[in-house]
This record gives sequence, C-alpha cells and structure tokens, in this order.
Amino acid sequence: MDIETLNLAADEIEFRDKVRAFYQENLTPELRRAAQLTTWTFAEFEYGRQWQKILYAHGWGAPHWPVEYGGAGFTPRQRLIWELETARAHPPEIMRMGRDYAAPCIMHFGTDEQKRFFLPKIIAGDDWWAQGYSEPGAGSDLGALRLSAVPDGDDYVLNGSKIWTTFAQYANRIFMLTRTATMEKKQLGITFLLVDMDSPGIEVRPIINIAGEHEFNEIFFTDVRVPKARRLGEEHQGWAVARYLLLFEHGAGLARSAAELKRRAAWVREIASIESDGFGASLLDDPDFSRKLGLLEIGVEAADFAADQLILAATSGSAPGYEAELLNVRSRELDQSLTELAMEAIGYYAAPDQRDARYVDPKANVIGPAHVLMPTPIFLAQRGATIAGGTPDIHRNNLARHLLD
Amino acid sequence: MRYAWTEEQSLLRATLERLFAERFNFADRTRTTAQALSTEAWRSLAELGVLGLPFASEYGGSEGEAIDVVIVMEALGWGLVATPYLSTVVLGGGLLRHGADQDLKARTIPQIISGAAQIAFAFAEQESRFNPANVALSASQEGGHFKLNGRKAVVYGAPEAQHLFVSARTDGARMEREGVSLFIVPADAPGLEMRAYLTADRHSAADIAFHDVAVPSEAMIGPQGRALGLIERVLDEAVVAACAEAVGAIGALNARCVQHCRTREAFGQPLAKFQALRHRLVDMRVAYEQASAITLKAAQSLDGPSKQRSRMASACKTQVCQDSAFIAKAAVQLHGAIGMTDELDVGHYFRRVMLLQHLFGGADFHLRRFLDLSR
Repeated sequence: MDIETLNLAADEIEFRDKVRAFYQENLTPELRRAAQLTTWTFAEFEYGRQWQKILYAHGWGAPHWPVEYGGAGFTPRQRLIWELETARAHPPEIMRMGRDYAAPCIMHFGTDEQKRFFLPKIIAGDDWWAQGYSEPGAGSDLGALRLSAVPDGDDYVLNGSKIWTTFAQYANRIFMLTRTATMEKKQLGITFLLVDMDSPGIEVRPIINIAGEHEFNEIFFTDVRVPKARRLGEEHQGWAVARYLLLFEHGAGLARSAAELKRRAAWVREIASIESDGFGASLLDDPDFSRKLGLLEIGVEAADFAADQLILAATSGSAPGYEAELLNVRSRELDQSLTELAMEAIGYYAAPDQRDARYVDPKANVIGPAHVLMPTPIFLAQRGATIAGGTPDIHRNNLARHLLD
Repeated sequence: MRYAWTEEQSLLRATLERLFAERFNFADRTRTTAQALSTEAWRSLAELGVLGLPFASEYGGSEGEAIDVVIVMEALGWGLVATPYLSTVVLGGGLLRHGADQDLKARTIPQIISGAAQIAFAFAEQESRFNPANVALSASQEGGHFKLNGRKAVVYGAPEAQHLFVSARTDGARMEREGVSLFIVPADAPGLEMRAYLTADRHSAADIAFHDVAVPSEAMIGPQGRALGLIERVLDEAVVAACAEAVGAIGALNARCVQHCRTREAFGQPLAKFQALRHRLVDMRVAYEQASAITLKAAQSLDGPSKQRSRMASACKTQVCQDSAFIAKAAVQLHGAIGMTDELDVGHYFRRVMLLQHLFGGADFHLRRFLDLSR
C-alpha cells in the first residue's frame, strides 16, 4: 500500500511527519546496516535490542498494545501510517516473540500478577522470549508434541526437548507447549507454560543453518521445575492459547510480509540494474531475466493490494480469515522466487562464502562488488519461509477443507 | 532407457562409489578442513589412476572417452566430494589436450596424472557474466614477452593450483570474438595477486588481479587472438562435466528423500503416504531420469562436429539446471527444518546444486545458445 493512496488529513500528515522524523533521527548507520544484513527473520540481536530500547524511550515500544500496558493509543488509521512508515524506514527487525506473540497471550489469558511481572520487561526491551513449540517429532504436526510436564507439588517437572527455537541463545524466557496428559484428541492435554531460560536443567545446543548462521537451537529439558504460577491459561487447555497466538502471528505477518515483498522486488531490480548482461548492456536489458522479474513484480503488486484489503478489514475489528492463509502461501513462494532471481542476477559472485563480511561490524571485506553480499545467504535462509509456520502442503490442506468440504 | 556401461565403466563407478562412501563421506567432513579433505581425495584419485582417464597414453593417460569423465563427475556429485577435478582435469586438461603443443603436454600432463600439479582456468570477469568472449584483461606484447593487466573473478581451484590458464585480450575491443588469446601462467608469478576464499559449497576459489604479470611468448596457447574456439570447446566439455556432477547430486538427494518420506511420520503416518508428496517424489524421479539422459547424450556429442557439440552441451545445461533446481529445492522442503541445517548433508547438496546452476552459464544463457545453434 502506498501512503499516498490514504488521502491523509492535515492531522494525519502531521503524525506521518512525526514518525518519519523519528526514524530519520534514530536510525543510525549501524541500525540501518543491521536491517540490510538480515537474512531470515531477525536482525543481529544486539542491534534489535538497541532498537527496542530506543522505541521504548519514545513511548513506541509496542504501539499496538492497549494503552494500559504501554501501547501508543494509535487510531486504526495511525496504526496503518505507522506500519507503512516503518516499512519505508526499514529498521532492524527485533526478536519479536515476546512483544508480538507472548504479550498478547499474557494480556488475554494471564493472571494480574503475570501481567504485572512480564509485560513491562517485554516492552522495555529487558526480557527476550523464545518460542518453544516444535519438537524433533512434532513440526508441522504440532499436536504430536511430547515434552512432558508432570505436576509435583507447586511445580511442573519438565522433561523432553524443543527444536528450531530461533535465537534462543539470546532469550531469558521461553513460552512453550508441554504435554500434561495423553487424551484421545491429541490437542487436548497440552499446557502452556512461561519458563525462565536460566532454570536448572535447561541446556541449549546451537544448530547452524544452511546460510552458515546460528539462528536455530535445540533445547533440552531435564527435570526442569516450573512453578504452577507460570502456567498461562488452564491446565490441558494450552492449545487454546496457541491458537490465539497464531491469529496474532498471521495478522502481524501480513502487513510485514507485504512490505517486505515490495522491498525485495525493488532490491532485485536494483541488483539487476547494476549487473551486466555480459554483452555490453545491463542485465535488465536481458529479455529472459526481465521477463521473470516483471512477472514477479506483478505478483507482488497483486499480493500487496490483497494484503491492503485484509489489513483494512482487520483494523475494523475482524480476525484474519482463510484469505490471509491463501495470501500467505502465495507471498512466501513469491519471496523465494525473488531471492532466487537475486542470486541468479549476481552470476559467479553467488559462490563466495561471505559470512565474515555480513556482521554489522564486519570481520572481512566483501569479495566482489558490494551488491553481491546478500543474495546467496538470503536465498538460502529463505528456504525456511515455506517450512516455518507450516509447510505449503499443510496450508493447502487447510484451505482445501475451506473450499471443498 | 539406461546407457549400457562397459565392464570397465561399471567397475570404475563401483570403485569410486565405494571410495567416496568409505573414506570421504559426510561425517568425515567434521574431522578435518575442507582443503585437507580435498587434498586427501585428490591423492586417492591419483592412486586409482582416475586423473589420467581422458589423456593420451603417450603422456601416461588411459585414452578414456567423454563418458568416463561423466562417470567420475557423477560419482563426485553423488558423494558430495569437493575436489579440483573439474578445474584441473576437465578445464586444465581439456585446454592442454586440445590446445597445447607437444612440449607443454609432455611437461604438464604427467604432473596432473600423478596428482602433483593442479590447474585452474581464469576466464570469468566481473562484467563478463557468461560470455567467454567478454574479456577485458589485456595482454600487451613487449619484445619477447606479454604483460597481463586486469582481473579475473571466482576462479575455482586457483588457490591450490600451480598453473593458471588465463584468457586475455591481445587485440580488438571487448566482446569481440577475435583478439582473445590464452596464456599459461605460473600461479606464483610476480604481480599476480590472489584473494583466496571458500565458496558456499565448500570448494576453493579466488579473485585474481594481474599487475604487469610478464609471461614469455611461449606461454601463449594456440594462435594469437584466436583462442575462443578452443575455450568454447573446453567450456562445452566442462558444461557436460558440471551437469554430470549435478546428476550425481540429485540422484543422492532423491535417495535421501525417499528414505526420509518412508520413515518420518506426521499426522500418524509416514510422509510417503500423503498423495501430494507421493506425486512430488515421482516428479523428482522423472526429473532425475531426464537430466541423466540428456547428460549422457551430450557427452556422446562432445567429440563430434563443433556445432552439434555446443548445441547439445547447451541443451544439457538448460535441462539439468531446471531439473536439478527443482529436485534440490523439493529435497530441502521435504526434509523440513532439518534440511535447512548444516548438520544434514541435504543442505550441502542443495548449495552445490544451486551454485552449479551458474557455472559456465545458467539455463537462460544456454537455452538462447541452443536456439541460436538450432537455426
């Protein structure tokens, strides 16, 4: 969505300028670089942390939260302007599991004490949460999870493991789904717990990803004691919390992914305009390349417009429906095609392993021209776009049920 | 239809597969560095006589056919073994076989066969993309010498090579077919500056700058300004070799996917029971057979007339790029998050296959070349 299409009123223009000025003043070159070097979901942690602190200091630590917990009290239109300006400014993406996923669930299901204890630390950028969902035997089939939580006095005792926990190496807390009972319907008997990462018996093993980065972890729980006061919602009813969270995950993802797709398409075009076709012209003059790029750009335009409709519908109070899931499948596949095209554009320079040049404070210079640094790692890391959050096959099954049954 | 291997060819396949499975398997990667493993594999290939396959017997070679190189490359792809075979034997060996004089062959080929010398071919430049005629690096004649000035990009095998073949412009404007010459340059020549690195698929490569690198006139291979025909012939051979490696790699990926889908359960049954995945696995097998067939056909055309040779090499690369990318992407997807890790070989095969796409030109480049040569 272009902000120009919103027909801003005078006070809205004033608001937009205020947001724009905020980004202008506070996005330092390091923070901008951190955003540009992001291959998968989050920027290098330290810069995301710094950025959250800056947001919080300006009263914008979590604008979408209710005002009583520190939200900015934006109107729906202001919220939209905020999102669009954020996409335009491209700040580093923070490790958002606390602010965007755990917090809404704590607000909805939490006790007063849980709210008082957790929410201020999240918005201030002092607490960082990991998401403990997947297990070695439970990925897209999340209901198959087995990590056991056995009641013992005032505690649960946890045994088992969680895997693919993004950035758990930086987290001091983790929200997780545990198995408290085995019932006929496997989604029953799951309990949602809020756990401290420094609890005795927790061990984190790093998993290096296909792009050479430490994004994932496996977390082992051995007789880890968690107070029952750290349960969110009712015992055995954790699936309801997880479903509620999923709504937020999909809703927040929609606006972000539409903006990211547009940026990605512009990025591929920029790279192609720098690259030579090998015959004395720009790669953009290569009819085969530009045809592929053009078709993807058109797909992005369509996805962006469809996302606008869903975002506008959502701001008027309705939860995103299955159309959001349709769009999600398409957007992720579009993004992967774009990243593949970016890698194709840089030809032989797709090959060098440039991990050391990809830190905000780099350990090596770029091999080749500057624009060849990111396409390959982004292409590699974005293979996860159709794995995390359910494979397209899972989503297609859901959608088929909607359309056909 | 399967190609009918001779007894020797079957034996070669079996020997290489056993060697790679026993001594250079994925687990071995953790015990040593990429370079050390590559050196060790290289020594083993030399001991087996595999490095001498395509060379004439007068230099110690075994007079093999193009198909023999396909067998070696397929096995390297299947085993995911990173060696300089492509740069040294296929590219370097090809330029020597088809372009060098008796003296240079006699001095260099035995070194390759024994494993003592490695060769890299520096042809690509930052602006050249996939066009081998797009050469800006200059060679200016001064007395009995040429002086090389310019840069070459992403030269596979260069850090370990003793000899570099370098395409250089002795005449004409950039991109003109006439005026491209070929030189053999010692890798330690004064004025030659190399930035060595590993690639994302664990091969070694370098960017090379030439500052007044002086070479004698005898270092020129073939007639001055008319090396492009030779270069294109050898690149055609390299295209087929790279495709053979990709075919080996996607064969291994398919085997892993079938195994994974039979054993991994979700929603109470093995993945192999889901129709959407069954169809995908069948499509992956079809793609593999297609890639394998066109590679063998292209290999058989390599020693034929040049137009047919180039046309089939381009057909091969076009087809294999598509089939191998499809399989590699589907293989990661089918494995899920574990396919996205450094711990499982699937992600390593994926990187190799995706980077082979670019090597010597991608599908668009070769489809256009195929169409041009089909007129």
